[in-house]
Amino acid sequence: MVEQFPILIELCPLFGAILIAILGFRMPKLCYPITVLAMALSCAAAIGTFMMMLASPSGTVIYDLSGWGRVNDTAISIEYRVDALSALMLVLISSVAFLNVIYSKVRVAQETPSKIPHFYILYLLLVAGLEGITITNDAFNLYVLVEISSLTGYALIAIGSKRAVISSFNYVIMGTIGASFFLLGVGYLYIKTGTLNMSDIRSIMEAIPDDSKAIKVGFMLIMIGVWVKMAFFPLHGWLPNAYAYAPTATGALMAPLVTKVMIYIMIRMMLSVFGPEYVYETLGWTDVVVTLSTIAIVAGSFFALSRSDLRKMLTYIIVAEVGYMVGGAWLANSQGMTGAIYHLLSDALMTFCLFMVVGIVVSRTGDPKLTAFQGLYRKMPITMVGFTIAALSMIGLPPTCGFFSKWYLLRGGIEAGQYHYVGALLFSSLVNAVLFFRLIEMAYYHGAHAHGEPIRDEDHEQYRMHGADPDSQPKETLANAPWSMLGPMLVVAIGLIALGVFNSTVTEWIGQVVANLNVLEGAN
Amino acid sequence: MEFIVNNFNYWIYVILMMIGLFAMIAKNNLIKKLVGMTIFQTAIILFYVSIGVKGEGATIPILSYEQVHGTHHVEEADHAGEDDSHHAQADLPEIDARTITNPIPHVLMLTAIVVGVATLGVALAISQRIFHFYGSLDEDVILAKIQKGDG
Repeated sequence: MVEQFPILIELCPLFGAILIAILGFRMPKLCYPITVLAMALSCAAAIGTFMMMLASPSGTVIYDLSGWGRVNDTAISIEYRVDALSALMLVLISSVAFLNVIYSKVRVAQETPSKIPHFYILYLLLVAGLEGITITNDAFNLYVLVEISSLTGYALIAIGSKRAVISSFNYVIMGTIGASFFLLGVGYLYIKTGTLNMSDIRSIMEAIPDDSKAIKVGFMLIMIGVWVKMAFFPLHGWLPNAYAYAPTATGALMAPLVTKVMIYIMIRMMLSVFGPEYVYETLGWTDVVVTLSTIAIVAGSFFALSRSDLRKMLTYIIVAEVGYMVGGAWLANSQGMTGAIYHLLSDALMTFCLFMVVGIVVSRTGDPKLTAFQGLYRKMPITMVGFTIAALSMIGLPPTCGFFSKWYLLRGGIEAGQYHYVGALLFSSLVNAVLFFRLIEMAYYHGAHAHGEPIRDEDHEQYRMHGADPDSQPKETLANAPWSMLGPMLVVAIGLIALGVFNSTVTEWIGQVVANLNVLEGAN
Repeated sequence: MEFIVNNFNYWIYVILMMIGLFAMIAKNNLIKKLVGMTIFQTAIILFYVSIGVKGEGATIPILSYEQVHGTHHVEEADHAGEDDSHHAQADLPEIDARTITNPIPHVLMLTAIVVGVATLGVALAISQRIFHFYGSLDEDVILAKIQKGDG
């Protein structure tokens, strides 16, 4: 049983989806418990795999699918390989997805009452795809899993409003271009190495001369592919509308996870497949890519400033944050790489927390604009606790993890001498400060009665005093945001602080991950 | 010139890919975009199928009766491309890897075709929903409707 944990991570959501497909359409009430159960099991298996990885002397857990055996220590079949980085990502993905299922309960029933089984089937398949991406060690399998997560993502977005459908179509076009470029790149690698196993590609590639054009073209195609998929600045066009108009629970799942998993693929390709010497020294692209990410950060921040729609603003912040991580990974030193991986974790949690908060606020006030926050500290104190923590982390203030991850990125930038990147990071932090302090100020001081009528606490008092039937109260009140929404949000908010407080442990550990992947010895 | 003729299938893949990319980006009609997307994906399938080709005389990866049981083929053996694993399995005869096309890219493309069909299916379903909401499949018309606040 224990040695089957790596495959169980993926099988639990997969079988959950099949079970819902069989039962859910007749009994929609079963969908939610099945999904929670499947995600809980998947999360448990991910943590179990993490423990296995820690316990194994080599620091990796290897799982051969279908037991074809090995030749010269290379798997014939598709191989699942969990090392420290992928174990970290697996725990992150499965726990975010688990918390988001709990969060989704009320909103899915409100927003898409006729499509509950559809939503949960797609949700589980999306999570299975994302987990598969992190765990697989086969380049073609990686492509298929990217497409599984993308296809389900398109459909999940299109379940939403009118605008969501059209933005989902754009996402299909852009996403297919990205995935196809990735597939082409894998093809070039296959021509050169004759294998699809990623560790095998790496060992064969050491014998290939560095100036091989096929490898260079393959690397370029793969990078363009993942950049499209992660919405790296000039290629970001599909992201803001898709995530802003998607149903709440979809946005809260995809915004933190999908872009981060694509960044994981980029890091995995750079370190484990092509190798740091090739990427940083032979190619000599570091300056160009860091400059591109500087532009991405600045542009994302500018667009975020100009938006009055809450979720649009958040999506442009994501575009800027993608720039942070791409830049950090391309700084060509271990500080930058540590910062990028640390920021991967903290940004996933921050974005998740903010999307959950905005989901609660928009659903309670019915106002998708920034003005929805007016006077919210008094009306929704618990939600605002979560919002404040996530906002402070986004800005980068010390007790939260956002500060520490940004700190490592800055140190990496200074060490590499990429001062424009450092400047862009600081600029973006300032923009985030402006954006979020504006909201905090609005929530704290402004128009405490702006959204008055059915919402104020006094109204509840009146209902009670006049002995009105409590059921006749409007259900959409600010005070009674359900615990199924508040609970996961608070857990993530606590996680944000915990990840910051234990930053020395986390970074030491990530530092080891980076060292084990033999990053950057000699580079820089 | 020889370079072009000898690699003509790769040139065709590049041309098809560019046609597909152009249609995806430049066409206004959503269905035409999807047609472009399909051409784009087909170009990649052509590329992968070309990888597996091994020049003159290579055949499908199925062994004939003589190759497995006949004795006179066994001696001509052990070319550079052969895998070590064949030595371990003493019952199987030695096969010259150069006489057999590489099946793996072709098998991979079966999966890629399935992915392509699924993508097309999802995209068509989405465009059906778009038509349902906006009454048009023309991007300009849809954008105009969104700008008018009908979005």
